[in-house]
Amino acid sequence: MPVDCAFEIAIERVSILDEHGVFDESLAQGLIPDDDVVKLYRHMSMCRHFDEIAFKLQRSGRMGTYPENRGQEATSLGAAYALEDKDWMVTCYRENAGLFWRGVDPEKILLHWMGDERGNNISVRATPLAIPIGTQMLHAVGLGWASKYRGEDGIACTFFGDGATSEGDFHEAMNFAANLDLPVVFVCQNNSWAISTPTAINCSAPTLAQRGLAYGMHCVQVDGNDLFAMVKVIRDAATRARTESRPTFIEAITYRLGDHTTADDARRYRDQDVVDEWSARDPMIRLRKWLEQRDLWDEGREQALRTENEIYVKGVVERAGGIEPPTTDDMFAWMYSEIPPVLDLQRRTLRTSSLGQGIDGSGS
Amino acid sequence: MANLTLVQAINLALSQEMEKDDRVMLMGEDIGINGGVFRVTEGLHERFGSRRVVDTPLAESGIIGTAIGLAMGGLRPVPEIQFEGFLAPAYDQICTHAARMRSRTRAGLTAPLTIRVPVGGGIHAPELHSDSPEAIFTHNPGIKVVMPSSPYDAKGLLTSAIRDPDPVIFFEPKRIYRAFREEVPEDEYTLPIGKARVVREGCEMTMVSWGATVVQCMNAIEASGRDIELIDLRTINPFDMNTVAASVCKTGRAVVVHEAPMSCGIGAELSARIMEQCFLRLEAPVQRVTGFDTIMPYYKLELDYMPDAERIGKAISETAAY
Repeated sequence: MPVDCAFEIAIERVSILDEHGVFDESLAQGLIPDDDVVKLYRHMSMCRHFDEIAFKLQRSGRMGTYPENRGQEATSLGAAYALEDKDWMVTCYRENAGLFWRGVDPEKILLHWMGDERGNNISVRATPLAIPIGTQMLHAVGLGWASKYRGEDGIACTFFGDGATSEGDFHEAMNFAANLDLPVVFVCQNNSWAISTPTAINCSAPTLAQRGLAYGMHCVQVDGNDLFAMVKVIRDAATRARTESRPTFIEAITYRLGDHTTADDARRYRDQDVVDEWSARDPMIRLRKWLEQRDLWDEGREQALRTENEIYVKGVVERAGGIEPPTTDDMFAWMYSEIPPVLDLQRRTLRTSSLGQGIDGSGS
Repeated sequence: MANLTLVQAINLALSQEMEKDDRVMLMGEDIGINGGVFRVTEGLHERFGSRRVVDTPLAESGIIGTAIGLAMGGLRPVPEIQFEGFLAPAYDQICTHAARMRSRTRAGLTAPLTIRVPVGGGIHAPELHSDSPEAIFTHNPGIKVVMPSSPYDAKGLLTSAIRDPDPVIFFEPKRIYRAFREEVPEDEYTLPIGKARVVREGCEMTMVSWGATVVQCMNAIEASGRDIELIDLRTINPFDMNTVAASVCKTGRAVVVHEAPMSCGIGAELSARIMEQCFLRLEAPVQRVTGFDTIMPYYKLELDYMPDAERIGKAISETAAY
């Protein structure tokens, strides 16, 4: 009995505009109109400035812990650009660029990190930031499923990091989506680090992308700092989800240029040399060069954009900082569709127990 | 009216809600073609098809996590967890997401799902098929917990749970799935969540219980020959303290009976609240007859663990004589 190969496949890696400026015209054909590339660059620049200001707000004590997004903007932005309004975006917490593109007010993200639940009340099809690692992908599977159930063609696109692929819920989400034929796009942002844990401790296979193979799912690796490549792989995956109701697993290679959050100090566990290498692969550098080579951008416009960004983000900070404070009542008001008697008593009296609390629970 | 078992009453509630509302769909392990391991969903796959009665992969967190997504997406999913012992893998999704979604988004998103779970001991089942975890989920704000004790209650309460805008865990006491039949209206009806039922009026003592244990309480009360008021909580979270307090203020004595372990159980909360609201009327300390603070034993000892008419009877005599 000979030993045959039962299954063999190669994992494709997609790159269109690399860190050296090499551009694949054929893959980019019809992908993003020039005007939109300009808009996307401008958006990315605004997000970078927002990120810097958010960091400063934390450092100056005006905001709580904040996770910097710096360096990863192209991943979620490319996805958001390729998605449609009817689709759901189910993120973790380093996808500001994509969320803002979809129409989430940046003020909401600041409110979230300022310790205010109103930051999670989002009017577009995006779920609020998910703090527990790797649990939100299942919600994306359910949201895609609900769309299919109703005979609609909306899909769900979910984001998570390399560390999250160690969580059980990640595997359950992949398994449900594949076996039940659901329209979901899984985007793993492999940024090399899960706080201080390197990717190798979370995955010893040569790629994270191949995790999709185990579920019979189409999977692909992409340069996550390449906006063009991100738009292409998401668009392909979205089409697969929309027309065939099949999920895709995308490993986007990027890098967390900042600390995990403002509470972290990455110098404790990683070499500056490597960070410098990745700084040169910043998604904004190559995009700006690309635009300048085509006379779509110049230093004058860059200067003007900086001023615009400063004015815009200043307004966002003022709105978030100037919102009326939440009331104690808000703790109670939203727990249930109708407040139960015992909770209402706590709300009215701001006591949890009271001597002489009568049969009506009125307390003293 | 139809003479139904608890299993049949639940099946009827499910089919009527599915008939009425296309958003209602069932999902879980073995619930489709097999009709569920207890046959609660028997015939529903045949009738409603695999779009609305879905056999899922074997993963409890996956079932609840995707149900949350379905609910946020506008549906009314009714996932089944096959046995209460397997709620543990789904605990994360229930407590860190379903229970919190409404409040943390200020009602921007909600998760109106109804999690059906067979609960409790008494059927000689294997390990982790006989537990009573209702207190664990009651301690976690944001999720309603319901447990019927009869076919009539099961149908009305499940209908309410499915229509409820909040996430609900609907515990089905498996010991009485087929233990007795009851007249159940074939037409739809609801029973309010958060309201207890006075099963039997009395003025000598108040007994509070829920689920399969209500039957044991009834047996013990009848054997005692005393005039005891029996309250079935029906809803564990939020429970109906007004009915309990009114009764205990009338009788001055209270015994709480549940199958779950004693410490930090619902009996502890009831005792504290009775102490607060009925202190000057109490003639005796509140007694608890509960499971012991052990793991649920294998079935050779399960009847030694669960409150029975004898243990409840002893509590009745002691409380009456105090």
